[in-house]
Amino acid sequence: METVIEVKDLTRKFGYLVAVDHVEFEVYQGEIFGFLGPNGAGKTTTIRMLTGMIDPTEGTATIQGHDIRNEPLLSRAHIAVVPEEANVYLDLSVWQNLMLMAELHGVARHRRIQEAERLLDALGLAERKKQKARALSKGLRQRLMLCAALVTGPEVLFLDEPTGGLDVQSARLIRQTVSDLNRSGLTVFLTTHNMSEASEMCSRVAIIDKGRIAAIDTPEKLRSTISSRQYIEVRFARAIPEYNELESLPGVSQIDADNRTFRLYTRLPGQVVTEVVRLADSRGLEIADLGNHKPSLEDVFLHLTSGRKERGLQ
Amino acid sequence: MTVQRETAQTLRRQLHGSLVILKKNVRLYYLKPPVLIFGVLFPVFFFLAFKMGRPIAAENIVPGMVAMALWFTASAVGPLVTPWERGAKTYERLISTPLSLRAILVGDVMSGLVFGTCLSVVPVLLGLALTDTSIVSVPILTAGIVLGALNFASLGVLLAAPPASSPANIMLLSNLVRIPLLFVSGIFMPIGQMPVWMQWIAPLSPLSYASALIRSAFGQSAFFQVWLSLLMLVLFTLAFFMMSCKFHNMWKAKGL
Repeated sequence: METVIEVKDLTRKFGYLVAVDHVEFEVYQGEIFGFLGPNGAGKTTTIRMLTGMIDPTEGTATIQGHDIRNEPLLSRAHIAVVPEEANVYLDLSVWQNLMLMAELHGVARHRRIQEAERLLDALGLAERKKQKARALSKGLRQRLMLCAALVTGPEVLFLDEPTGGLDVQSARLIRQTVSDLNRSGLTVFLTTHNMSEASEMCSRVAIIDKGRIAAIDTPEKLRSTISSRQYIEVRFARAIPEYNELESLPGVSQIDADNRTFRLYTRLPGQVVTEVVRLADSRGLEIADLGNHKPSLEDVFLHLTSGRKERGLQ
Repeated sequence: MTVQRETAQTLRRQLHGSLVILKKNVRLYYLKPPVLIFGVLFPVFFFLAFKMGRPIAAENIVPGMVAMALWFTASAVGPLVTPWERGAKTYERLISTPLSLRAILVGDVMSGLVFGTCLSVVPVLLGLALTDTSIVSVPILTAGIVLGALNFASLGVLLAAPPASSPANIMLLSNLVRIPLLFVSGIFMPIGQMPVWMQWIAPLSPLSYASALIRSAFGQSAFFQVWLSLLMLVLFTLAFFMMSCKFHNMWKAKGL
């Protein structure tokens, strides 16, 4: 696989604070790479370094083979950025915003007009092209940001929390558009707090915590690394068994109880289901609901970043 | 040859980018209230405060009026653009494009240059129409206005470098610099007639040289010779622009 972004030892300090601490990873051609982390973990600082907004203190990165420190203009020629906050020019029209970004990227007149028309149509903004950006809702502004990024013809698209706080329709349209573009070869670097979004869209994810990479892999493999967090959830209809009866079932490592619902954590879900059903039969208990829950990406995220929170509370 | 071609292509792209920035600034900032107040109304009020009730022949104050209009207008755009864009978060979009920071700043300087040059033509025309004054050298007047505008626009861009997200803070800073220099640069009276201590300070102000060129162009005696004024304006412009690049780059991250 061809490497599009190669990050080596990337570090950024703000005074004594090390915001990004010797980070290393690679992003391959045509993948959607998720970059996850709690607030203040270093996600935005990493994106800002990769997109030329701030300079690294140590280390470097290449984008399409161009070093961000030695060849910043060439590395930025391949990218477009959609930041978390839709920072469109409010006093320019939708069309003027697109033309400005395209012109700054040196897109030829004929091509920028053609692309802008196509993108406005695809993202449902065609009828608003003459409207000032100030008049657009948050969702529409974010769609405009995506249009303004895509009209420059990027090879790598940086999305920083692109659907945060958006209405369902706009969020879905943005996700759909990005997925469609990715299928046609666009490489995407995505930061998000939305774990289901990351799980659904990303080929691989990196989890950053306290400025350091805690894990990088496919969502499936990351989930499998915490198989001990897999659990059987059982809800009893009326009478419930004793807590220690469930705890002593073979294969159960931990129990959480909430009223009539029990979570039995296990690496052996099949065996525990059998044992729960057997226990219910023998005690004449009625099971209202029974399910097997595999760890989500959110569980992985919390598992890898929980130490930070605990220390923060102390 | 290939390297030369690549360099020429890069320069062309960067210059094109600067012109795009100029176009954006014209559309967005020329009619913003701070530009109009500090760039257009200020010199008019200063002129009225200076002229009213004093027995000064109108033609004698035309060069000073032109220089003052040039000073305020050309240096008004720069201090507005960067803080405004920082506040609106559009600044980070600009610096993530394939444009160098230098090209962005060139665009901002050009915005001040065009604004200052165009608006300083107004007092020239008013002076010619309403007073007995006349221009004795169009080339010197053109050089004075264009070089002066370029210099003052560069100063404006330099003043915008501190990482303030509110234009009001930078406007305050720019007025702390611009207004005192107005009084030591031969605007209201020729430098030769000012107190000695002011005559010592006058060479440190770029406005003194622009003012001298404009006075010469209108046939009045100037404190500095034409060649010296031209040279000093070029040197001041280079110094301001180099400092702008350095400080804007240094405070780039803090302004995000």
